[in-house]
Amino acid sequence: MAETNGHSQANGHSYVGTRQIRPDGVDKVTGRARFGADFNLPGQLIGRVLRSPHPHARIVSIDASKAEALPGVKAVITRDDFGDQPSEFIPAGEMMMNYKDVVRNVMAREKALYEGHAVAAVAATSVAIARRALKLIDVKYEVLPHVIDVVEAMRPDAPLLHDDLFTVGVEPKPQKPSNVAKRVEIKVGDVDAGFKKADLIVEREFKTAPVHQGYIEPHAAVASASEDGSVELWTTTQGHFIVRAHCARLLGLDMGKVRVTATEIGGGFGGKTVVYLEPLAIALSRKAKRPVKMVMSREEVFKASGPTSGATVRVKMGATRDGKFVAGFAELKYQAGAFQGSPVQPGTMCAYAPYDIENVHVIGYDVVSNRPKVAAYRAPGAPISEYAVESVVDEIAKKLGLDPIELRMMNAAREGTKAAYGPKFGPIGLEETLNSIKKTEHWNTPLRKWQGRGVASGFWFNIGGETSVSLTVNEDGTISLMAGTPDIGGLRAALTSVAADELGVPYEKIRPIIGDTGSLGFNFLTGGSRSAFSGSMAIVEAARQIKQELIARACKLWEAKPDQVEWKDGAVRPLGALGEKVKPMTIADFAKVSGKTGGPIGGSGRINAQGAGPSFGTHLVDLEVDPETGRTTILRYTVAQDAGRALHPAYVEGQYQGGAVQGIGWALNEEYIYGEDGKLQNAGFLDYRMPVASDVPMIDTVLVEVGNPKHPYGVRGVGETPIVPPLAAIANAMENATGVRFTELPMSPPKVLKALKDKGLNKA
Amino acid sequence: MARVVLVGNLAQVTGGVAEFDLSATSVQQLFRQLAELHPALEPHLETGVAVAIDGQIYQDALFAPIDEASEVFLLPQIAGGASWQRLDLRTAAARGRSFAR
Repeated sequence: MAETNGHSQANGHSYVGTRQIRPDGVDKVTGRARFGADFNLPGQLIGRVLRSPHPHARIVSIDASKAEALPGVKAVITRDDFGDQPSEFIPAGEMMMNYKDVVRNVMAREKALYEGHAVAAVAATSVAIARRALKLIDVKYEVLPHVIDVVEAMRPDAPLLHDDLFTVGVEPKPQKPSNVAKRVEIKVGDVDAGFKKADLIVEREFKTAPVHQGYIEPHAAVASASEDGSVELWTTTQGHFIVRAHCARLLGLDMGKVRVTATEIGGGFGGKTVVYLEPLAIALSRKAKRPVKMVMSREEVFKASGPTSGATVRVKMGATRDGKFVAGFAELKYQAGAFQGSPVQPGTMCAYAPYDIENVHVIGYDVVSNRPKVAAYRAPGAPISEYAVESVVDEIAKKLGLDPIELRMMNAAREGTKAAYGPKFGPIGLEETLNSIKKTEHWNTPLRKWQGRGVASGFWFNIGGETSVSLTVNEDGTISLMAGTPDIGGLRAALTSVAADELGVPYEKIRPIIGDTGSLGFNFLTGGSRSAFSGSMAIVEAARQIKQELIARACKLWEAKPDQVEWKDGAVRPLGALGEKVKPMTIADFAKVSGKTGGPIGGSGRINAQGAGPSFGTHLVDLEVDPETGRTTILRYTVAQDAGRALHPAYVEGQYQGGAVQGIGWALNEEYIYGEDGKLQNAGFLDYRMPVASDVPMIDTVLVEVGNPKHPYGVRGVGETPIVPPLAAIANAMENATGVRFTELPMSPPKVLKALKDKGLNKA
Repeated sequence: MARVVLVGNLAQVTGGVAEFDLSATSVQQLFRQLAELHPALEPHLETGVAVAIDGQIYQDALFAPIDEASEVFLLPQIAGGASWQRLDLRTAAARGRSFAR
């Protein structure tokens, strides 16, 4: 029975906005669902990767002859098995990539650039043999000096990762290579003039640690290459069409001969938008002429798959004494990992996006260092820069004696505000989220000593993009729904709700699946908070095709004209006198006669979705600091975010809660810890401390719905914004609890304890 | 004439010129006119920008209409949780050589 949240019925929709049963739920709770590592093929080999023990080393030679001679070893691959790629940038906003780098990231060529960098891979008949074979591969390294920290990597005398990397975006063009790949800049108004108008200027420097997306499911792939040049691949990914494209490119295959199936996915958060194992598994399978399965260990996930940047951020903001922001400056230095392409560009664009400020200047640097190449991580770049700005906003509120929500409200971006990155906003819901938070009982609850409350807002753009879906009417009138973007956060339930409403059929009569790359046209990946937004637009298009087709068939059957019939409540209905002659026909009625009336019935939506509306959120957190241990406990947490329209409220709430919890981890505990030797010291969940259920309270949510006028249901993307505010909200709460402004993440117990001792607040 | 503003590093390619008044009625025309004025912009326009027309951001949408009174911003592409764009991926299969020592 559909439960409504109050507005769905009023809008004439039965399922959109309700909490329907999740189509993938039963298989997931019973363990039947097949994730990447669950997939197996008859006769498959096991693939394993040999990884560099050094953070920076020239690869002098690789001798795999002993491994190849080991009984049970069917294939060994190295850099020799991948053709080089030309230097060709693949621009994608914040994550600029170059195929010359991609081929070197999946398999090191001239140098190993981080500990864990793939150097060779084997396929063998058992795990034990594969491991033994790795030990028999003789790699001679010339160890080189390394650099991890972003500021150190920017120094002129820092160890150089790439001797052909010259900073882009500076004039005159540098004559010497460096680790600074790029300087980017966003500028509106005149910040110097703005600062002259300021009664208060606050300037601070912040540092954030590199953190991993922390998806529970490791990277996993099974490849089967045929003698005829075709390839089948099953992999856990956020975008199987993108995987197909990368593998085809790296291995010289025709895309049409590569069929990729996305398995169920156990989290991605941006980290499964790139390829690691997939091209290796295909190359091994091609060589061994047998299927090859590869699964990363957790240690490999940490050491060799993309975390996000660690960063240093300097923020300077000016405000008048009544609280109007008049100028904002920021300088962002983001680690890109071993190859250029950090999310510093969107970091610059998001830093001041929540506010209406006339004068903004943000400079960003993309810096390589001897760490794994960063991958996208939920609102890439935004949490870091917005953390710094939102911390300073809080400090301004305190110094001016203003309520932090009122200060944000006074300066909030609203419809018509010129965003700090240029264009004007359409309808947006930042004010509504601030109002919602202020109205909560949470905001007005008193706190005790060592407890603190913090608030922060956040922004993410959201995108649309290329999307293909299909709706097929089966012989019994049930519907098969096929989407081509992997379902990570409730896509199947959301699209099924939309299809059910559009076609007027019961939700449970529609079965959604994620189709493989041979079943649908191109789909861009699940990312940018786009899949439910774009997918539902495509479903509306597909459903409308079906309705038009059924109306046309009814006209032929009834020998009627189009104006004598209408589509209403899931059926073609005769109008006027025609109603006395014929009865309405439902989709099931048409299914019974589909052969006689023209053949199978279906519709497809193939669009490049535009009109994504940005989403703003505001978070409120209470925490308590133990002055004896420095441990912080999150006591209470409330998220308010604009969803435009929540297609499936429970999933939207889940996105809000998940983002908040990831942000809590980022703020309080998570960090890549490197030794002096440049090696990662905490490549496992025991030492890389992510929050678990027992660490966090129930995350309360407020669904704000300021409709996006560019979407038929008003939808905005919701998946990324929730990770933006927590870092600053928690830092602001920490300041209120302890009187210490923490400017370095994570605010882990040792750092908190030290800060309290330095302030004389800890007597231990 | 639509008012066109280059955001971020694009103005470096035009020698610091960041604002234009152009008669384009679509993104395709806009790109053509900008490329004629500043040929060095062309590769960036083909793959590396999003276009905000009167506040609405378009990505890879050559036929998006531009009105005479429109305010247009050229921005870095926004992907978000994504890393590569399709246009670039459809290009040739692997080229080049094997690693030579």
